[in-house]
Amino acid sequence: MDLSLSTRPEGERTVVDVAGEIDVYTAPQLREQLVELVDSGRYDLVIDMERVEFLDSTGLGVLVGGLKRVRAHEGSLRLVCTQERILKIFRITGLTKVFPIHDSVADAVAATD
Amino acid sequence: MAEVELRIDPLTSHVRTARQVAVALARRAGVAPDVLDEVRLAVGEACGLAVALQRRDDDPEPVVLRFEDGDGLAVQVRGSTGLAVAQGEAAIQLLSAAAVADEDDDEALPAGAALAVLSELVPGLQVATGPAGPRFELRWPPG
Repeated sequence: MDLSLSTRPEGERTVVDVAGEIDVYTAPQLREQLVELVDSGRYDLVIDMERVEFLDSTGLGVLVGGLKRVRAHEGSLRLVCTQERILKIFRITGLTKVFPIHDSVADAVAATD
Repeated sequence: MAEVELRIDPLTSHVRTARQVAVALARRAGVAPDVLDEVRLAVGEACGLAVALQRRDDDPEPVVLRFEDGDGLAVQVRGSTGLAVAQGEAAIQLLSAAAVADEDDDEALPAGAALAVLSELVPGLQVATGPAGPRFELRWPPG
């Protein structure tokens, strides 16, 4: 399955729903989406990864790039993920310390820390 | 013992094909079902790194993956990017330092992330570099 992306506003935040495979081929699409959101003034992002089937280090790079972009505007980037096989990649690369990772979109949208 | 060789042009879209072939062959070789995700990820990282290095240099040579099933699955991934001669940890450090991002891509993690994932997922990972290109050897036992 290729990558599919959709966005919706949730108050001041924007939820990016990602489904499919984020890899060396599709990651540029996700990057474009994040750049577009930040360029249009959406600095508080929640990325819902519950329907992501595959994530590689290139995808991680794009998420880290997105985090840098929103932080430049004092924004936030939160992830929603409960899939063990995806969480494992964040742990291996030490990125669980970098991203706030939530169990649900509701939880991420409500988070204030 | 049976062999499959896959030669791909260095296109990022082919990396996914390589992953799918790897998982199909791992399954056939009797690798445990709960390890197949690791095969998918590790082969993708090795192949993606070889492809990314060649794309950086506009090197059109194919990346070659050789799969051998017998006692589990053995995978060799060979690129053509000429590098200093090194093996093991030294080769990993050399590749980690290689900036593989496209020029308009200011945010790709360094290759270190790919190698961190590979080292973690593949216990007997062997990495070598040289003038003929990088070579990764990955092996999974039967389940």
